[in-house]
Amino acid sequence: MSRYITRLKMRRSYKWNGRPVGEDRKLRRQYYESMSISVEGRSEDATVSLGQYILIEGDNDDSPFVAQLLKLYTDDLGKKKTAVVQWFVRMCEVPQNKRKLLGRDPHPQEIFFYQDRSCDNEVDGETILAAVQIEYVPAEDPFPEGKSKDTLFVKLLWDTKSFRALDPELMQSPQSPKSPPPSSRVSQARALPTPDPSIMKRAMSGTLTRGSMSTGKMSSSEAESLHSASKLSAAKALSAKRRSRASSGPHVRKKLDLCSPNKNMSRDDVLGEILDEHTATEKTLTSKLNTSPTGRISISIRLTPLNHNEEEQISPLSSQSPDKPRLTAYDKDNATSACLGVQPLGSDDPESLISTGRTPRKREATPRRASLRGLKARTPSNRKDSATLREPALAALAEEEHEDSPVQTAATPRSKRKSAQLVSSRIRKQLNLLGNKVDLQSDGEDGGDDDDCFVPTKIDLQSSSDEEEEAKIDSEDELVVKKRRGSRTPRSTEKTRVSARTPRKTPSKKTAPATPRTPRHATPSIPSRSAPARKPGNVLEEARARLHVSSVPESLPCREQEFQDIYNFVESKVIDGTGGCMYISGVPGTGKTATVHEVIRSLQQSAEQDEIPHFRFIEINGMKMTDPHQAYVQILQKLTDQKATPDHAAALLEKRFSAPAPKKETTVLLVDELDLLWTRKQNVMYNLFDWPTRRNARLVVLTIANTMDLPERIMINRVASRLGLTRMSFQPYTFKQLQQIITSRLNRVKAFEEDALQLVSRKVAALSGDARRCLDICRRATEICEHSGSSSGLVGMSHVMEALDEMFSSSYIAAIRCASVQEQLLLRAVIAEFRRLGLEEATFQQVFVQHQALCRVEGLHPVSVSEGLAVCQRLGSCRLLLLEGSRLDLLLRIRLNVSQDDVLYALKAD
Amino acid sequence: MSKRRSAALTEAQCVSLAQKLLRERLCHQKLPDQPAGLDSQHKHLLELLRRTAVHGESNSVLIVGPRGSGKTMLLGCVLRELMSLKEVQKNVLLVELNGLLQTDDKIALKEITRQLHLENVVGDKVFGSFAENLAFLLEALKRGDKSSSRPVLFVLDEFDLFAHHKNQTLLYNLLDVSQSAQTPVAVVGLTCRLDVLELLEKRVKSRFSHRQIHLFSSLTFSQYVDVVRSQLRLPQDFPDSKFSNEWNHSVTKLCEDKSVEEVLKRNFNSSKDFRSLHSLLFLAVSRVSVSHSTLCEADLLEASRLISADSKANVLHGLSILELCLIIAMKHLNDTYDGEPFNFQMVHNEFKKFIQRKSHSIHKFEKPVLMKAFEHLLQLELVRPVDAGVCKVQREYQLMRLMLEHGQVMEALQRYPQCPTDVKQWALSAFG
Repeated sequence: MSRYITRLKMRRSYKWNGRPVGEDRKLRRQYYESMSISVEGRSEDATVSLGQYILIEGDNDDSPFVAQLLKLYTDDLGKKKTAVVQWFVRMCEVPQNKRKLLGRDPHPQEIFFYQDRSCDNEVDGETILAAVQIEYVPAEDPFPEGKSKDTLFVKLLWDTKSFRALDPELMQSPQSPKSPPPSSRVSQARALPTPDPSIMKRAMSGTLTRGSMSTGKMSSSEAESLHSASKLSAAKALSAKRRSRASSGPHVRKKLDLCSPNKNMSRDDVLGEILDEHTATEKTLTSKLNTSPTGRISISIRLTPLNHNEEEQISPLSSQSPDKPRLTAYDKDNATSACLGVQPLGSDDPESLISTGRTPRKREATPRRASLRGLKARTPSNRKDSATLREPALAALAEEEHEDSPVQTAATPRSKRKSAQLVSSRIRKQLNLLGNKVDLQSDGEDGGDDDDCFVPTKIDLQSSSDEEEEAKIDSEDELVVKKRRGSRTPRSTEKTRVSARTPRKTPSKKTAPATPRTPRHATPSIPSRSAPARKPGNVLEEARARLHVSSVPESLPCREQEFQDIYNFVESKVIDGTGGCMYISGVPGTGKTATVHEVIRSLQQSAEQDEIPHFRFIEINGMKMTDPHQAYVQILQKLTDQKATPDHAAALLEKRFSAPAPKKETTVLLVDELDLLWTRKQNVMYNLFDWPTRRNARLVVLTIANTMDLPERIMINRVASRLGLTRMSFQPYTFKQLQQIITSRLNRVKAFEEDALQLVSRKVAALSGDARRCLDICRRATEICEHSGSSSGLVGMSHVMEALDEMFSSSYIAAIRCASVQEQLLLRAVIAEFRRLGLEEATFQQVFVQHQALCRVEGLHPVSVSEGLAVCQRLGSCRLLLLEGSRLDLLLRIRLNVSQDDVLYALKAD
Repeated sequence: MSKRRSAALTEAQCVSLAQKLLRERLCHQKLPDQPAGLDSQHKHLLELLRRTAVHGESNSVLIVGPRGSGKTMLLGCVLRELMSLKEVQKNVLLVELNGLLQTDDKIALKEITRQLHLENVVGDKVFGSFAENLAFLLEALKRGDKSSSRPVLFVLDEFDLFAHHKNQTLLYNLLDVSQSAQTPVAVVGLTCRLDVLELLEKRVKSRFSHRQIHLFSSLTFSQYVDVVRSQLRLPQDFPDSKFSNEWNHSVTKLCEDKSVEEVLKRNFNSSKDFRSLHSLLFLAVSRVSVSHSTLCEADLLEASRLISADSKANVLHGLSILELCLIIAMKHLNDTYDGEPFNFQMVHNEFKKFIQRKSHSIHKFEKPVLMKAFEHLLQLELVRPVDAGVCKVQREYQLMRLMLEHGQVMEALQRYPQCPTDVKQWALSAFG
């Protein structure tokens, strides 16, 4: 499932676009508007300019940092390119413990506006990867579904403490953001300077066909992104208002947009102007044109207004006017007759736009058609493509649209659905009106912006005649047209329709459920039980539960000093934003891991209260991995949820810890059982200790192992040197400490006699100082007490003695005592033979002779060799004897695994 | 069977039925109702596992005892009893591993995952790398908690073999889970090694609760005889009461018999475990037939003879006189040179001496014939070259050792059918 991004291997080169727009003498900086990024192996350059949203090289390739570009400048030497940005964070960059604050599952493409004064907002210009689209979604709205994977959504603001609703103003600031073209595709359109009104006008008048042609090459997805970006522009609010006044607005706008070569915010103002003009001419046109079109078909009422609009719109566009009537008729036809697949979509959209502020999604569906029409309208010659060219194009469009806007089925001319859609959108609008008026309006405009997508312009000259013909007929006799169409063009259109429609529907169903989870993703879990586990019933059970090693105590007694040292160490590193290593040693069961966890817990608490900066805690354990190199994999997975091979993970981590990333939080890494990470070249250890020394790593590594001299013993110099001298050693617990631990765990549950506790702790302290052992003995003692049913109900000395005996006494003597007669005889024979030989080793043959003699002495029937060997093997399997492989038969050598004295003692007592 | 009850069963049917019943009992196909002589251990283990199952308390325990002492039987009884509790039945997951089958952690992990039916199991197969499986299992166990997840009982048969796995990763992780607030687990290890704790690495050892249940039988001989009696008795609900009465009576009589007692005593002295007893009784029961419908002393004596027979003495019975003579020659060489290795030439000389001086019945054999006979003995591994690999010497001079005990040779000669007296005398004579 791991994704290996090839981006790593690409080399990018950066250069400024145009001349510097400003200069700061004092700082010796030159400011630029945009920068172009050329990627090795790709012919086109990407351009990023101010206000655009950009991707910045991040910790991992899958989720680069997101930011908005605010400034671009270079120092006087012109060497270093610096960018000032406004950061956005992804969910994965938000500290783990804060993620729940969101209160819902984050959308996979969701990002948050990042507001943190402390964060460095200057980045190296050369870390910019590409531009990206970000769409602002009002906090109450659901996420638009089916958008392309590249689009990110902003809904909330993250100020390092909480998620807050994002003021849309913030998204529109600071300079008028130009609609950011998508990163992947590059076109001149993007590089074009902001067009001024005059250009816009020229474009509309059709003189600038070239420009529109070029933009026409942009694929639908591009249009999509443009649309979404333009939504943000505040300027649109103005025209939106106007539009809402005049019912014809949207349509006009659409037409206009079609012609406009590049879409950006300034266009809206232009539109506004044009709109005004148009409303004036509107009336005359309607009166003129209405006659024929309205009555034509027995379709829903909606079509009529639509008709109007279109016709009205046409007039201002002088060059297009001849085509216009034809076009509308065309549209209408499509809307009514299902067989004309392509156009019908278009018809619904204007009126819906007019009647209600529709959701952007619906509108998205339409623009394509509109643009199509627009093209046709403008250049009569390419009319034909409606039948031929349009098909593949539209099919493709439809598909793409699909991913983008699942709702879009609503845009197809099905009155029922549409009305439903209308109602819902109306409701939504009303809801939205309360808070996000501006948004909505700008949303409303997007319909127009969407039109930017043009059908690839392959102009078929032949087609023009057809189209013109159509146009005429249109105006004369609607029905005839219908029939003819049904017979002529439809053959092909029908097909397209099918092709255009089917994918459109199916994917919308498909994509919705399939989005978040890959099917082959198993969640690790143990099935849950039918009824919850029973709670402890009596005092002894309660005590036993508290004494279990797994129960987390409220505090860790007897490790205050160690706690303080580790706490100070980690805290200082976290506050300073630096890195460091610490080595903690101690025999098993002295609370090393528990103390570190305790430290992290309290540090996390203070981070919650914002006393210290946030940090990230991850933990690996040498024993819990199959191979030292898996450490990389586990660290990477815990940091970024990525899966990778060890080598790849090592490379990614290396990059992560060495790349300067301004808003990185400190990572605290606990490496338990360090000695298991030993490899011959020690590169795993080397890396673990080397990363904290990097300037930008902000990594604190706490390592735990058992032996105090591990660094000296197993580490080569360069590793040991990097580990540094921050060492700490956990001494085995003394009996007092052990006693205190038990007492604090029991926490006033009276289950033990004082003496009993002291006995346990003294005994354990003398043996190992292992707190686990101590707790286990106490637990066992409570069981014994429970079974013996002692009168006092307290665990007394006798119980503890019994438990100690069970755990510490050697079982050899008991085993010898319970052995069969022949087994005991054999043991004696072994000892006798050892004495005879003066060695601690004998062959079976020799022992067997002794054994036979002993049998005779004891008056037992002598055993056969086979039997004797069987007896010997039995003792060997218990490890009372140490044996060689039985293949050696008589020659197999025997040694005792117990001392001779123990054997004799056990046998004598018998 | 109930149908037959009305009509008296024929004797043949009774015999086969009785045999079937007893064989089932003796071949460990059925768990006994109550583990004999292991009451306290049974109670301890049951209580421990019950706490895991009911209270979600993690535990680890080792059941240690010599082979055939009833470790698996005890665990089987405890689990049977535990699973009969309604509260437990549906709630417990059981994972059974055997050190002889799961020879490394990778296989063991796959087996655990498969038995737990975790979500990365496809059908009955577990895919993914070792590292992935480990991470997945640990994550799964970590997600669980004391009160809501189903407790998992891990039974590790031949526990000591798991300790030989690399780094003891599996043991560390299982025991670590049992000592931390994760899914409740009970790790039950079965082993016959008394020194098993010494095998554990210090970190693993620290995480083990040091609970050991030792199974040492402290049976006396009279108890042993009681066990024999109860093992051989037919149950009350045997279809043919006449037959069962007769059988039970014969069993009681059998156990009082002197020679039988001697046989049992011998067996008891040799080993106290029931498995060897069962194999003895099994042989005896198998001798019962229609014509011989009750167990008698002869059956048991014959069974005992079969069981205690020396395997090498049996091989000697099948040798030719010439081969036997060679063996005797080697025995004399062993006596003369105090167990020092010999070669074929020496054996040949010894044999020649015997032919020349004492033999009346044995003719002179050519050397190649002797060589052939010697090689046959070599194949039977009655003689073994001292150092197998290095022999670049001629075959006649390769050093050999006799793999037979003095007693074995003599016993074989005693029993050898129609052994020439001069050969016997040669064998008995102190000097070749």
